[in-house]
Amino acid sequence: MKLLGAGIVFVASFAALPLFTTRGDLLNLGVQIFLAVVLAQSWNLLGGYAGQINLGHAAFFGLGALVTRALWVGGTPLVLALIPGALVAMLFGLIIGVPAFRLRGAYFAIGTLGLAEILRITIGNLLPQISTIPATELASYNILPRYYLTLGMAILCVAVVALLIPSRVGLGIRAVREDEAAAEATGVSALRHKLLALALSTALSGLAGGAFAYYHVSYYPQHTFSPAWTFDAVLMSYIGGVGTVHGPVLGALFYVILRELLAVKLAEFHLIIFGTLFILVVLFLPGGLVEAWSSVRRLFVRGK
Amino acid sequence: MILTQQLILGLLVGGLYGLAAAGLSLTFGVLRVLNVAHGELLMLGGYGTFWLFTLWQIDPFVSLLGVAPAMFVLGLLLYWALFQFVVKAHEETRIKNSLLIGFGLTLVLHALAIRLWTADERAVTTAYAGAVLRLGGLAVPWLRLTSLVLAFAILIALHLFLTKARWGRAIRATAEDWEAAALMGIPVGKTYSLAFALGTALAGIAGGLVSVSYAISPSIGLEWTLKALVVIVLAGLGSLFGSFAGGIILGLAEAMSVVFLGGPYREVVGLILFLIVLVVRPQGLFGARA
Repeated sequence: MKLLGAGIVFVASFAALPLFTTRGDLLNLGVQIFLAVVLAQSWNLLGGYAGQINLGHAAFFGLGALVTRALWVGGTPLVLALIPGALVAMLFGLIIGVPAFRLRGAYFAIGTLGLAEILRITIGNLLPQISTIPATELASYNILPRYYLTLGMAILCVAVVALLIPSRVGLGIRAVREDEAAAEATGVSALRHKLLALALSTALSGLAGGAFAYYHVSYYPQHTFSPAWTFDAVLMSYIGGVGTVHGPVLGALFYVILRELLAVKLAEFHLIIFGTLFILVVLFLPGGLVEAWSSVRRLFVRGK
Repeated sequence: MILTQQLILGLLVGGLYGLAAAGLSLTFGVLRVLNVAHGELLMLGGYGTFWLFTLWQIDPFVSLLGVAPAMFVLGLLLYWALFQFVVKAHEETRIKNSLLIGFGLTLVLHALAIRLWTADERAVTTAYAGAVLRLGGLAVPWLRLTSLVLAFAILIALHLFLTKARWGRAIRATAEDWEAAALMGIPVGKTYSLAFALGTALAGIAGGLVSVSYAISPSIGLEWTLKALVVIVLAGLGSLFGSFAGGIILGLAEAMSVVFLGGPYREVVGLILFLIVLVVRPQGLFGARA
């Protein structure tokens, strides 16, 4: 309940931000945070709750961006361009899901990494030209709809995970993570639950890709398939607290803001810091910032 | 003619794939630790060679004598600082956590390399770099041929170490069953650190050879890690010469793809092979043991 309250205050202040400022840099930072929340949370659904380390998350982000960009630039209304983007990403996820889930643990991770690289290289070869928003659209480019679209997506994504996890299906997903054999023995189909988590995760990632295609003025199509998107999602989830609803949100905020602050002075330096932090979290603090916070609080409560 | 020429080049680069894979296969097979930063370690070895050549004009083949021990020490440090915490967990967690730690290490080393050496491509260009052995109408670059022979020689030396030397036998015993090895009085922790350091040194040597015949940049890590993984999946674990053969098969497959599909798809062919083998043998890389 407390978390829900904090979430509402959080969302309200983000929603009200454009009323108080028109500073482009702040609004752009907002878009980046919201996109990061969707990326991290969607990764967390499969990686944190279902326990499947997907190192090919960028592939689905890229597919969503590719489809939405093509449709939207071609004249389709935005909403009708976003949905097919998410659907294509999900469909691709389901197609590769059946064979990929025959792989366990690390093999799933390296398999998905290989798959995403195949897609990235192929797209780079097929579409070598930069993609730019048409001049007419560019003249009326406004950051506000981008801001609210991505904010809405971030809320949607967090809500989906928050509602799914306590449900019967959500319990099944977590049971599969803890022990596949035991879950199967109690009548929970491991494959079906993993596929469901994968479908939602990839659809949300595709949706984020679509929003990126709507937001970013010009980029190489290959860029949206870059493993950096996957790596960001993994870092944010783990640093914030993998397998919790609020962890990836905190991770995304922390990551994007710190990255922007560091970028001013020390380009590339942020990855040294986050990489080190990530290793420390994996080794010594598997619950991330969320766990660190609750143990600090427990210390104070006990102090009373 | 073009095909034969490409196959020769594929064979030559394949030896380096094999060398890179042998290092990864050693750490994976012995420690059950999947170090995805292997390609970044290779990249560091390449920059070590590049530095020694650029700063002090040391011949790259001579500088390997310095790079290999330095990488060995780096491997020891990485083991003591990071991977020793992972090997205590049981099999599934161990592989997964080592993957995550390797992944973090990847990011750190990549960013560090950009700061130290910029993102530009570098290569060691020696006076004899252009020398070519002519066989009829075919050209065999001497440097690459030397690298291939050297890679093979290093694997033979390592094979002798693993089969004949006391510590080598300790490594093999630990790979087979670490609990039994511990009961026989083998210090498992030390054996692990030795195997990890050897794997790192192999990556460094491979990197040095890559910087001589090809080019290095901070972002080659992922590509080489994937190559090593492809070879391991193709060849299986546990045999150094298997890795070498697997590397050459990958090199030849890539060469064919260059001829028939065009250069840009050479990576794709290896990765598709990799996915097919992974899915057809879902028990993974330990298939032969299970």
